[in-house]
Parts: sequence; C-alpha cells; structure tokens
Amino acid sequence: MLRYTLKRLLSLMISLAIASLVIFAVIEVAPGDPASFMLGINAQEDTLAALRAELGLDQSKLQRYLGWVAGMLQGDFGTSYQYRTPVAQMIGDRLWVSLPLAIYALTLSTLIAFPAGIYAAARRGKAGDIGVMGATQIGVAIPNFWFAMMLVLVFAINLRWFSAGGFAGWDKGTFAALKSLTLPAIALALPQAAILARVMRSALLDVMGEDFMRTARAKGLTRAQALRRHGLRNAMIPVLTILGLQLSFLLAGGIIIEQVFYLPGLGRLIFQSISARDLIVVESVTMLLVFAVIVVNFLVDLAYAAVDPRLRART
Amino acid sequence: MSRTLILGGALSVLVVLAALTSFIWTPFEHTAMNIPAKLQTPNGTHWFGTDHFGRDMFSMIMVGARTSIAVAFVAVGIGIGLGVPLGLWAAARQGGWVDEVIMRGNDLIFAFPSLVIAILITAIFGAGAINAIIAIGIFNIPVFARVTRGGALPIWAREFILAARVAGKGAARISYEHVLPNIANLLIVQATIQFSLGILAEAALSYVGLGAQPPTPSWGRMLADAQTLVSIAPHMALVPGFAIILTVLGLNLLGDGLRDALDPKLRVAGV
Repeated sequence: MLRYTLKRLLSLMISLAIASLVIFAVIEVAPGDPASFMLGINAQEDTLAALRAELGLDQSKLQRYLGWVAGMLQGDFGTSYQYRTPVAQMIGDRLWVSLPLAIYALTLSTLIAFPAGIYAAARRGKAGDIGVMGATQIGVAIPNFWFAMMLVLVFAINLRWFSAGGFAGWDKGTFAALKSLTLPAIALALPQAAILARVMRSALLDVMGEDFMRTARAKGLTRAQALRRHGLRNAMIPVLTILGLQLSFLLAGGIIIEQVFYLPGLGRLIFQSISARDLIVVESVTMLLVFAVIVVNFLVDLAYAAVDPRLRART
Repeated sequence: MSRTLILGGALSVLVVLAALTSFIWTPFEHTAMNIPAKLQTPNGTHWFGTDHFGRDMFSMIMVGARTSIAVAFVAVGIGIGLGVPLGLWAAARQGGWVDEVIMRGNDLIFAFPSLVIAILITAIFGAGAINAIIAIGIFNIPVFARVTRGGALPIWAREFILAARVAGKGAARISYEHVLPNIANLLIVQATIQFSLGILAEAALSYVGLGAQPPTPSWGRMLADAQTLVSIAPHMALVPGFAIILTVLGLNLLGDGLRDALDPKLRVAGV
C-alpha cells in the first residue's frame, strides 16, 4: 500500500506541475496587457511602465512562473490587479459560497439518486424501472442553467417561496444562507442525480448477478436483506468514483449556475476577472479548481486501493 | 429494432432535417425584426411565438439547430481525428513509454474542469463559434483516445493480429486494417454521446455570451435573451429549452439504441 501511495503521489505531483505550466502558458499568450487595460488607452508610457513594474509584469516569464508557483506553495496566490487585494483572500470569501453550494447539491443528488437507483434495480424490467430510467434520460438531457431559469420562474416569480437570485450571506443566519442556495443547489443536483441513479442501478445489477449474492439468498436471507448486507457495499465502489468526480465537477460546474442566480462564488469571480483582464485571479482560481479535481481523484484512488487490494497491483 | 433506437433516431433526424431545411426555407427571415409583433405566444402565424424583437422563434430555432449541430459535429471530429490515432498508437505500444505518455496526458486533460477551461479559452481568444469548437473539441480528444485504447487492447491479443504480424504487417497497418474496423461500433456509440454533450456545452457557452456571435442564432443565446423576460414571456425560455432537451435526449437514446443493436452482449447486462 505504501509503494502504491508513493507512486500515485509522484504522479499527482507531476500532474500538478504540468497543469500549472499549461495554465500559465494559456494566460501568458492571452492578448491584452493588464496594465494598459487598467489605465485606459490614454495612459502615459512611463506610468504604464511603473505599473508594470509594480505588478511584476516586467520580469521574465520564467521568473514570474516560478514566483507564482512558489507563492502558491506558501498560500500566497498573488495580488489582484484590479482590487489590489490578496487573491487568496478573494478566493477564501468566494469559497464560502461555492463549497457549501457544491456540498448541498451533492447531498441533494445523493438523496434523490440512491433511492431511485436502488428502486430501479430492485424492479428491473418492470414499470417502476422503466419509469425511473426514462426520468434519468430526460434528467441528463436538461441543461442545468435552463432548469435554473425554470425554477426561478416557478418558485421565485410565481410562488414567491425563494428569492430569484443573490446570496443572503452567512451572517444572516444559516437558514437564510441555505435558503438562498436552495434553488441553485437543486438546479445543479438534478442532472447529477440522473447520472448517479443510472450508475447506482447498473452497479447493483452487476452485483446481483454475483455468486455471493446467491449464497446469501441460499443461507436464508430475503432479497432485501441480501441487497442491504452484501449488495450495496459491493456496488458502492463505482458509485463512489462518480461521487468523487461529481464533487469536483460541482465546484467548477457552478460557474454558470452562479451566473444565473448572481451568486458571489468562484464562478462569478472567474467571469468578472476575465472581463477585467485580472489575469492573476483567473490563473490562481483555475489552478485551485484543477488542484481540487486532481486531489479528489487521488483520494478516491487511494480509498479504492484500501478497499480492494487487487487495484494496487494493477497500476 | 428497439423502441429506444427508433425514438432516438427519429428525434435526431428531425433536428438534422430542421437544420438542413433552414438553408433553403424558414417560415420567416430569422433576423427580421417586427417590433409590433413582439413577445407573441405560439400561434398560427408564429408557431413558436416571437421574441422581444418580434423575430419568429420557429425560424430562429431552425437556424440555431445549424449552429448547435455544426459546433458539436466539428468538435467530435477533432476528438476522433486526434483521439483515435493516439489511442491506436497507445494500444500498439501497450506498456511502453508512448502508451504511458499518452495515457498520462489524457488523465491530465480529464483533470481540468472542462467548462472552466472552455470559458477561459473563449474569453481569452475571443468569443465565437470557432473558439467554442476548439474549446469543446480539446476535451473530446482524451475521451476518444481512452475508448480507442480500451477497445483496441483486447483486439491486439487475438489470433488474427498474430497472423497479420506473421504476414509482415507493421503496427500502423495492423491498427488501421484490423483493429480499427473491430472497434468502429464502440466509436460510433461514443461519438453519439460526445455529440450530445457537445450540444449541451455549446448551449452553455453561448448562454454566457461566449459562443456564436449575433446575428448567428444559437439556442444558448436565445435562452440568455429570455432570462430577463422569463416572467412575462415564458415561451422565450421554454422553446429553446425544449429544443436542446429533445435534441440531447434524441442523441442519447440513439447512442443507447445503437450500442444495444451493435453489441448484443450488453443487452443482457442491462446497462
């Protein structure tokens, strides 16, 4: 297990290093100079030069790349060109919206998908199964931002149960904050729940065909007991992978939903920074999201290998 | 033929027909504004109603189908064009450094949050259909590389490959002549799925203003236009929304149906 962990850790490091290079390179070739963008087209050449020096834009590319990476390793994500505040602080503020939103959505999608998937698997081929599978087909086809608009139309504009957008803030109390995240979380959760329910169902069906399930039935367990004690646990492996992938997807995937609901999360931060050419913010937020995805996948891999020793040998 | 295949095929054909027909005929000129007739709900003259400029939404949906299909089609083309050769190459050199580099490169692309990167690419290099295609296409490459390699590996272990090697064929020729035809089914199914994901991605990008630019109509931008008017003209959001859902649903059903039809083994597994 230790060898496997070290090997995976090494590949994690390499992935992160390459990812940081790619992100830096993409931003580097971006047209538009942040300094001239900030000062407008009438800026004097020497003011521009002074601002470039202040922002560190006059250094060589290598220096800037190394400075950026070294800073991030110490938790310093640079200083926003636009607001002159530390990017780490901006990310920290926004994370209090995006992370709870992702977790909220993931919880909702699990609460919908698990029972739906188990129900469909238990009724395989019957009307209930066909109904659930049909619903999931439609669920994956719905663009989440469109679903978000429909939720606003029904629950905010017509029924007035929720506000149409904006974030109450955690200082207004947990209930108010969660309430303003509810519609966005539902919008994010629905397509995810559809995928998760399908995975749950097919994982359970795979497990139900195994010999140990027949043995469990043979020793006198009912279908439901066998499913609960032996089936679910074995079916969880593929389901957990998808859950891991979905958490990282939800963190980044909120980007458009945050636009629909005017939520001050990471997604809106990226959008605003791109249009303001505040590239250091874009760079650092993107890197943080990639970091989250890579680390979550790494943890899922480790959890796998801990549960199933066969996987250690394979890689 | 299964019902899934028929329904999926019919929906997909319908959308493609609407897109093709729009080149020669639409009920109205899709850019023609007619302010007195604005925000009409669906009726006999304007089958899908009109938008806030009085443009005919049926015509816009038809022309918008063109944009969606073109973007998704080319993006899938990029994925197949680059991903399949890479996957074949990796499979031919299984366990070697080429295989390792290609597969690790794939993992790396998978680690990027695709939507964020697509937004980054289109925002930095300029909004427009071409950049949207590239942004979506890049993320199709590792998908096809992985599916190709996964499908090709068991083929390489078969006797007919050994026979081809004995006959003196090189790895490239074997990949092209013997491996590729055997994994074509797999690729067709994956292409259908990626196509539907491409349609969704294009809609998302043009919704945030980074896809095809006006006056080219696109379903995503129609939704963006509808957002502020959704309370007084819900049809402006419903119509493009249903267009996207039915197209994606059709393609997904087509993919499922094709997979079942092409690979009877999977039908038993019920996945």
